[in-house]
Amino acid sequence: MSTTELAAHEVPKVAIELSVNGKRYRREVEPRELLVQFLREELRLTGTHIGCDTTYCGACTVLLNGEPVKSCTVLAVQADGGEVLTVEGLEQDGQLHPLQAAFSEHHGLQCGYCTPGMLMSAYALLERNPKPSRKEIRKGIQGNVCRCTGYHNIFEAIEAAAAAMRKE
Amino acid sequence: MSWVGKSLRRKEDDRLIRGKGLFTDDEPADLHLYILRSPYAHARIRGIDTSAAEALPGVACVLTGQDVLEHCDPFMELAPGEAAEIKDYPLARDKVVYQGEPVAAVAAETAALAMDAGQLIDVDYEMLEPVLDAAEALKDEVLVHDNIGTNRTWQGVFEYGDVDQAFAEAAHVVRIGPMHFHRYSSTPLENNACIAEWTRQGTVEFLCNNSFPGFAQQLLAPGLRLPVEKVHIRAYDVGGSFGNKIWNYVYMALAALASKKAGGLRVKWSETRSEHLLASGHGNERSYYDTEVALDKDGVITAIKSRHIDDCGAYTRYEPLGCVIWSQVLPATYKLRNIRIDFSQALTNKCPVVPNRGYSRMQQLWFMERVVDICAHELGIPADEMRLRNYIRDFPYETPNGCVYDSGDYPAMLAKAKELIDWDKWVAYRDQARAEGRYVGIGIGTTLDSGTNNFGQAQIMNPQLPFSGNSEACIIRLDFDGNVVVTLGTGPSGQGHETAASQVVADELNIDPAMVQVRTGFDTAWNTYVGHSGTYASQFAVTGLSAVHGACQKLKAEMRKLAAFVLEAAEEDLEFGVGEQGPEVRVKGTDQFMNYWALANLVNNNNAVLDESLADVTLNVRHVYRPPFKVPDVERKFGNLTLTYASQLHIAVVEIDPDTCHAKILAYAAVDDCGTVINPQIAHGQVHGATAHGIGAAIMESFDYDEGGNLLTSTFSDYCPITSMNIPDVVYGNIQNPSPFSYSGAKGMGEGGGAPLHTMSAAVQDALHGAGIIITDSFVSPPALHRMLQAPNREQAVSVD
Ligand code: FES
Ligand code: FES
Repeated sequence: MSTTELAAHEVPKVAIELSVNGKRYRREVEPRELLVQFLREELRLTGTHIGCDTTYCGACTVLLNGEPVKSCTVLAVQADGGEVLTVEGLEQDGQLHPLQAAFSEHHGLQCGYCTPGMLMSAYALLERNPKPSRKEIRKGIQGNVCRCTGYHNIFEAIEAAAAAMRKE
Repeated sequence: MSWVGKSLRRKEDDRLIRGKGLFTDDEPADLHLYILRSPYAHARIRGIDTSAAEALPGVACVLTGQDVLEHCDPFMELAPGEAAEIKDYPLARDKVVYQGEPVAAVAAETAALAMDAGQLIDVDYEMLEPVLDAAEALKDEVLVHDNIGTNRTWQGVFEYGDVDQAFAEAAHVVRIGPMHFHRYSSTPLENNACIAEWTRQGTVEFLCNNSFPGFAQQLLAPGLRLPVEKVHIRAYDVGGSFGNKIWNYVYMALAALASKKAGGLRVKWSETRSEHLLASGHGNERSYYDTEVALDKDGVITAIKSRHIDDCGAYTRYEPLGCVIWSQVLPATYKLRNIRIDFSQALTNKCPVVPNRGYSRMQQLWFMERVVDICAHELGIPADEMRLRNYIRDFPYETPNGCVYDSGDYPAMLAKAKELIDWDKWVAYRDQARAEGRYVGIGIGTTLDSGTNNFGQAQIMNPQLPFSGNSEACIIRLDFDGNVVVTLGTGPSGQGHETAASQVVADELNIDPAMVQVRTGFDTAWNTYVGHSGTYASQFAVTGLSAVHGACQKLKAEMRKLAAFVLEAAEEDLEFGVGEQGPEVRVKGTDQFMNYWALANLVNNNNAVLDESLADVTLNVRHVYRPPFKVPDVERKFGNLTLTYASQLHIAVVEIDPDTCHAKILAYAAVDDCGTVINPQIAHGQVHGATAHGIGAAIMESFDYDEGGNLLTSTFSDYCPITSMNIPDVVYGNIQNPSPFSYSGAKGMGEGGGAPLHTMSAAVQDALHGAGIIITDSFVSPPALHRMLQAPNREQAVSVD
């Protein structure tokens, strides 16, 4: 049993400033606060989910400065000055992102709990590689666990979205 | 035009793809609960010092076993006899009986602070010897619960036909050594969570993700010493359950007590993944001993005798129901009539078990499939041929224990799966590979997904239990504005109930599913539910949709009556449809109609114009569907235990790498038959999902304990749920033999019956039989296969007379 000199909750808060889905925020956070907690609890953007505590499941995936990250493994202070994109930022002017439309069309979700993280990983994949093979799709979402779909329809959805995006 | 049978895009998706679902943890609360858990599998609690935790600023309260004793009664036990005396409280009192058992709880202003405070609690333990093996536990040398004097929760013999006679007449008798079905669970991606508020009115308000709230309410109320009426439960979006979320009422009670102690503030408990794996609920582990199989000269199985021991972990909870539920599929898909199975269940110092996708039946189905494959290999009969000789063929079929298999065509499923996978090609491939000394095998798994339980089977387990039958409720109404609003009693967790219910209503009213609003989730305030309400045991397509269908009939009768009065027409001349103003009731062949708004307005706002004969028309009707069940014959353990039997047949081709011992899946086909399909896309999705769970369970996922009772796979990184990199391409096929027992011909099908476990065991055995290996464990991970290749077991595992 150990106690620290300065209890964790007494450590002074730190000011951060960042943009989330194009909107700028300035907040004070505990140094130990995770980005996923900041998004969910501070900004009430609860689309980003938590499914594990060992960086395995990817339910918390968001883009930080264009890169997919597991936001349970990034401190909020590390996102200071950065740009974050979450699932809530995918829809533009009332238009679903082609990935969102394809996930629904191809039944790429059941309970929908993994979906936000899946969408963000798939988004990052298609940014890098507009025409991924099945194998590349498997790799692109290997850090995202889905317990409902068996992945098959997620592969199909990502393929369909890629095709739709190439036509645009 | 029929909507049932179409792959309608799901209504649920609109919010879920936007990140706008409402999962329990999405709601804020005043306080957060941290649970301090036992690091030991078995230990006495000598003392708990909570003073440092209580002194931490921001901590609202700390709970220990003392609090639960003061404010709670133990949860209801289902078991008869000694096990009925197990005291199951939300926190341990004087002894911990599994690693991860809650010992104390802290409610504080933030989750992090609650955890900080939890670390300041000092518990003085005296370690005790744990008992971890079920057969060992039955010796009662180490007791899990001292007060009951035994670890046995239940024992019974299921005997049908004339077993001794069949063995006397057998051409072959195959004896099989001990076999084992391993512990795993389907681990929904959303962990358990709840928010509890003990209000000034003395009610408790829960927001939670419990998947059987009708049952949870009946357990929570007496546990919290409240009338049922004061326990309110809401559940909206649930991130998967697979049965696992039936049990979380234990933690709901703890959060409620914390709220009470904290003066009524809203307390949130969000389980971490590690807590989920360590201490939520595991699937039933089962061992099979003394198995003997009688066969005739053609390899037709005539009798089986065996002794099965189920391991339920440290508390019974939903158990010992599993001791009877397996008998829904007693003979699996096979026609033998003589069976004697001695079944017992034991407590051990491991995490309690909880219903998990395929609950209790897949353990029996796996056993039967192992028996079939082992006999086939030993008698030199090809696995497909062996099945064709033994399959049940005529339906409805009454099993030796009185269950009625409604419909099916197992040979047709086999033929279809062979065609999908290209059987002949793979047989040639396998034979060629074998000639080269490689381990390639082909395995078949046939399985059943029995759906819509007769709760009367609980009385076979304990004749005192006041449960039988089954039911589900639905309310449908025309709202003030004419909208059709449907409220379901089920709380879905990804199965698309809103969509499927809309399809049924749209067909009945001859409107578009978009015109039907289905209320999401479960809410005791909506008053829709019955005691059986929930999402479990493969039944929504039958119970849920029959309730919807029945409610539609009642609503239509009222609408007809009302429209006939206003339009001065005969009821037979009316029809339902969509006109220029939307949904309407009209007089056939005329331009006379009433739209839904007009009908609703008459009843709700303008009723003085109505005739007295319409006094009972409310346009707000409730229907409860009850399947036609009888209470089983408890003495003989005989009766119809489930209404429908969906079936699946899978085929896998595997190659085992002799260096890594990894069973790589070269091809995989899955054929399902769930009768009439309501929404093909949803049914297909369920098959893929269940297949992934089964393959993951067969090769990757296992709850492994060391000899001290420490769980070795207590994080996702150790447990390794199957990912996109491990799932093979699954070729899917469907045949449809409608159920004669449901109004639509549909059968429940969500659980899938664990087909991949049977299939992978079969395929691996086919690959390794030549190397002297019999698969006797459902977990065929690389380390397991490595051990087998080091020490081939055929000599000890099987003998043939
Ligand atoms: S929550 Fe699982 S990886 Fe972040
Ligand atoms: S849809 Fe439920 S976890 Fe993926």
